[in-house]
Amino acid sequence: MDWTLLFQLVLNGLIVGTLYGVVGMSFVLVYKASQVVNFAQGEFLLIGAWVCWWLLTQWQLPFWAGFLLTLAFMTVFGIVLQVVVLRPLIGEPVISVIMATIGLSIFFQALMKWMFGVFAQPFPPIFPADRVEIFGLQVQTAYLLSLGISIVIMAGFAWFFTASKHGLAMRATAFDQQVAQSLGVSVPKVFAMSWAISAMVSAVAGVVVGVVNGASSGLSAYGIKVFPAVILGGLDSIVGAVLGGLIVGVLENLAQYLDAQWLNWGNMVQVAPFYALILILLVKPYGLFGTRNIERV
Amino acid sequence: MGEALAAPRAPSPHEATPLLEVNNIEVVYNDVILVLRGLSLRVPRGEIVALLGANGAGKSTTLKAVSGLLRSEEGEVTRGEIRFEGERIDGIEPDRIVHRGIFQVMEGRRIVADMTCLENLRLGAFTRSDGEVRRDIDMVYGYFPRLRERTGLAGYLSGGEQQMLAIGRALMARPKLILMDEPSMGLSPLLVKEVFGIVRQLNRDLGITILLVEQNARMALSIASYGYVMEQGKVVLDGTAEALAGNEDVKEFYLGGHGAERKSFRNLKSFRRRKRWL
Repeated sequence: MDWTLLFQLVLNGLIVGTLYGVVGMSFVLVYKASQVVNFAQGEFLLIGAWVCWWLLTQWQLPFWAGFLLTLAFMTVFGIVLQVVVLRPLIGEPVISVIMATIGLSIFFQALMKWMFGVFAQPFPPIFPADRVEIFGLQVQTAYLLSLGISIVIMAGFAWFFTASKHGLAMRATAFDQQVAQSLGVSVPKVFAMSWAISAMVSAVAGVVVGVVNGASSGLSAYGIKVFPAVILGGLDSIVGAVLGGLIVGVLENLAQYLDAQWLNWGNMVQVAPFYALILILLVKPYGLFGTRNIERV
Repeated sequence: MGEALAAPRAPSPHEATPLLEVNNIEVVYNDVILVLRGLSLRVPRGEIVALLGANGAGKSTTLKAVSGLLRSEEGEVTRGEIRFEGERIDGIEPDRIVHRGIFQVMEGRRIVADMTCLENLRLGAFTRSDGEVRRDIDMVYGYFPRLRERTGLAGYLSGGEQQMLAIGRALMARPKLILMDEPSMGLSPLLVKEVFGIVRQLNRDLGITILLVEQNARMALSIASYGYVMEQGKVVLDGTAEALAGNEDVKEFYLGGHGAERKSFRNLKSFRRRKRWL
């Protein structure tokens, strides 16, 4: 057994897992607040990464300026998307809303290919050192950044939902929209806010992955990877999404280890989360933290 | 002369501009079902006004028409007007109505069950941006001391405590008018007394105007200054609380509208049933 490789993979798994967790949180946020299953979540990463790449390479902005501009853009983008596409669909059958988000996903994938081409484009180097060594393990600097940012986002979510009044209003809306209205909360605003936060947070993940692997259409695969994570955690639990993300991250890296050491199939890293997904749906369809009565779509 | 002006406020609902004025409104659900047919009422500032009537008379609908919550139930005010402090409020968004100072305590308490007591109270202050929220939470704990000890989720509170929390949450918004829908629902007689005592106290201490919908008419008229009786979407009778309490028709109405015999039969039956179960 190759222990160093194993540890390395577990560490990679945890780091990627926090990213899945962050994307999962933003997916759950939209689902909880506005009951929309967003199949275009991966495209938020894609758009975020491409916009940031475009700002950094075409406009030669310093990283932090480009990054912040990207976040501002994605916030507006999320609001516009909600108001233009999803608000008119309020009250329509669930299947129509799902079709709309799948349509959005296809549309934005194609749009990004049309605007930026089909090839992966590397981000300009951001850190002086590509890798650092921690306890004898090699860690990409960008992953450390990713870990830091993910933890900050998670802490931000925790603060937002327990201490800020808009977070409380969002929870109240998720609980009962009429109750939220009776307290003076504007439900359409909460919907728009949830999409804005979701788009922005996903874009952070998109930029981080882009910095590591380059901006490419492969980023939207994260939107698919989010499903095992959130279903494992429970579709309507934010804590569950984080845990689910971590588990899926570690799982796929362990699967890779298994693959590399013994199986030599060469594809376990891609498929393992979905084997897990099927197992979860069989054994515990509501996930670890999900409420039992969630709507099945 | 000065003394005459300073005389106790007139309980008459016919002062110049009442706080709330509902003029001849019609409410339609789902575009076809006519629930309120020409309802009018006035709530003077600083008073408690009771709205009585049988199940399905349209009492809750009236409150929802005022608070704007009708819209989330496919209801609509199709005729007439609702004025608050002289300005029309029918047709504006429910969250804007809360901002203007009308707060509805909905039937069945409707507290957010998966939040703590404190979070529910803070949520009540959603429309406020001043720095006195903390102080008002202490004020609410002053009225409802037992809420202070409840640190768990609000969903695990007893019915009485949930009602207190619902009222406390309304206070957090510092409203001018509270629309209270059946605060006695599901509470033991002792708790009903306690809750009504506090409602009266709030009205006296804080000067909050209250429009009270109640099945427990006797209790409601005991704290109200004026009352309206509704039937099939209209006001059929109104008068001061004392006049209504003494009115023969109203007495009959309390008794279920079929005379004393049936009432006693009902009471006897439920009494026996309760006794057996206890």
